Amino acid sequence: MAEIRVNRLQKNFGEFVAVKESSFTVKNGEFFCLLGPSGCGKTTTLRMIAGLELPTSGEIILGDDDVTFKRASERDIAFVFQLFALYPHMNVRANIGFPLKCDGLSRPEIRKRVEETAQILRITDLLDKPVSGLSGGDRQRVALGRAIVRKPMAFLMDEPLGALDSEFRHVMCNELRALHNRLKATTVYVTHDQLEAMSMADTIAVMNQGVIEQLGSPREIYDRPVSMFVADFIGSPSMNFLNLRTGLKAGSTSIFIDQTSVTIPAVREETAEADLVLGVRPENIFFSDSDGLPGDVFGVEYLGTTQIVTVTTGRGTVKARISSDTKAEIGDRVRLKFRPDKLSIFEKSSGRVLKSALHEGVTHG
Amino acid sequence: MAEVVLSHISKKFGSVTAISDVSLTIGNGEFIVLLGPTGAGKTTLLRLVAGLETADAGTISIGGFDATKSAPSSRDVAFVFQQYSLYPHLTVFENLAFPLRSPIRNMSEDDITAKVKEIAGLLRIEDKLQNRATQLSGGQMQRVAIGRALVRSPSIYLMDEPLSSLDAKLRGDLRVELKRIQHVMGATVLYVTHDQMEAMTLATRIGVMKEGHLVQVGTPREIYTDPVDLYVASRLGTPSINLLPSKDFQVAGIPDTVHTIGLRTEHLQIRKGKKGSIIGTVNYVEHLGDQDYLHISINGHELVTLSNPDDGLSTGDEVSLEFVNALYFDRAGNRVHRGKHP
Repeated sequence: MAEIRVNRLQKNFGEFVAVKESSFTVKNGEFFCLLGPSGCGKTTTLRMIAGLELPTSGEIILGDDDVTFKRASERDIAFVFQLFALYPHMNVRANIGFPLKCDGLSRPEIRKRVEETAQILRITDLLDKPVSGLSGGDRQRVALGRAIVRKPMAFLMDEPLGALDSEFRHVMCNELRALHNRLKATTVYVTHDQLEAMSMADTIAVMNQGVIEQLGSPREIYDRPVSMFVADFIGSPSMNFLNLRTGLKAGSTSIFIDQTSVTIPAVREETAEADLVLGVRPENIFFSDSDGLPGDVFGVEYLGTTQIVTVTTGRGTVKARISSDTKAEIGDRVRLKFRPDKLSIFEKSSGRVLKSALHEGVTHG
Repeated sequence: MAEVVLSHISKKFGSVTAISDVSLTIGNGEFIVLLGPTGAGKTTLLRLVAGLETADAGTISIGGFDATKSAPSSRDVAFVFQQYSLYPHLTVFENLAFPLRSPIRNMSEDDITAKVKEIAGLLRIEDKLQNRATQLSGGQMQRVAIGRALVRSPSIYLMDEPLSSLDAKLRGDLRVELKRIQHVMGATVLYVTHDQMEAMTLATRIGVMKEGHLVQVGTPREIYTDPVDLYVASRLGTPSINLLPSKDFQVAGIPDTVHTIGLRTEHLQIRKGKKGSIIGTVNYVEHLGDQDYLHISINGHELVTLSNPDDGLSTGDEVSLEFVNALYFDRAGNRVHRGKHP
């Protein structure tokens, strides 16, 4: 296993800049997620690490080895694709053992390694079955097995769960993470599914138009987004944005929305811009009897333990995740209060977050 | 729009029973969602209402008329499939207008234009009307497919997982739209899905299906809080309900017939520390952003529950648990109600 260092990596396709001066380090044994919408450059970045694409500039260091312009076959990494691409005419054992056979290992050695791998993946009972009869999950396990069996320095995965349905995907997420905890293998994982990234990654890099917008732990990215793009991309339902027209001075601890005063984390920088946006997560909204931002209930989505209530206010539509015990019906007039220590303020034009007390103190794991 | 009544419907394919004695009344303006895993019979039931299959036994009445033996075309139903099958050579406008151009309708061009525009407005695709159907994104194509059903005003709309081919964000958006449109139009809808989130948020009533039987019909809240058996209880809720064997837990006042204790987040009170009758250990906290899952092991079992981020619990912490209004099930999996001793 090894560290992967990516230094000012750039990739142009003609005029189009797919990846722009990206730098990051994947620590030894880390589960690292490249997350972003389609076309953001995450897969291109992964393919450059794999050697399937040559960078326009920059460097990629695998362990102590500069692999920037090495062939894919000369890099000691394993790639897992979205489509399992198993050999249909071989059984599970032959599929997993195939990369070792290509490397010219002896039969007993192959047998030993395949069985070890099967044990790690808990598919020992499937070894002699044909792959054609396997379920989607088992096929994905076999595909993983083919990567693990080589004991590479790093794993690269390109949306390996993309083809599975949503309920099963969460099961596989847990399984992949448990597997990672056992193997402690350096892993770079590409996905557009924020839930996958949140539940598995040690570190997430959120990409947008070829640029890494934010790099941090899932908690950090969720609680302290650096931009409106990141805030909107992570979370379901996504963060609510309320438009404000107010200047803010450094040290401010409250803002006015119409006649309602809202406490915010103390602002640490001055902004000349008058168009600001208050960002509030659905679960940080409460209904209040007396004061708060007035609004009308537009829709109620019952989810069992919680419900999502859509409220139209003078400053836009707001989605709140509240306990199902709270009564809310379409047409109700409600007043909203926000949890003061979890609010973000953005500049509307740039989408950049304003530094505030939110960004100080301990980082949650 | 009209009431649709299914009465004692059964259907076999060879020796396989697909639908077994199903009765269901879909009220005028109701949005009924059939929920169940693959093979539960939900699509077959939908196809029976559409007339794409014929029932072996039972009757189907649509708007007061016995439609059991009618051809699909004379049933006055509109069907939306999972795969949007649009006419690729036609514009969005022509795709939407197609059902209205049927000779038996004899609709004037002005009326057709007005209707198409109204529906396009509801679906927010007015600006795409002149596009070829193939020049649309997946979400837009599915909107057109739904729109093609909406331009007609049938007795009932039948929808077979219409959102399942879309990505998560789009699915969430269209779900809210579909509910709003149904509300505005007062449409009667029978909708099939295996996605519990869709069922919970769209339905006025959910029908849970299992192996051809309709196990329970009720509002999402009824189905969630008052399931008739283990099967229904485990179909709904994220994280899914925790099921523990009652023999491993000493709970006061539990009826003797109880075999399994069902626990959802709202049935658990968790406190840090070891003061209490049931003690567990936090395995790990799974951060999903808006919600965190707490994995706790107790007496060799694992519980998964939504955590309150302010609890400050982390891996290795010892916690005491209290069960509050847990759901009880007997050996056969049927609900045992509190206080009803045998």
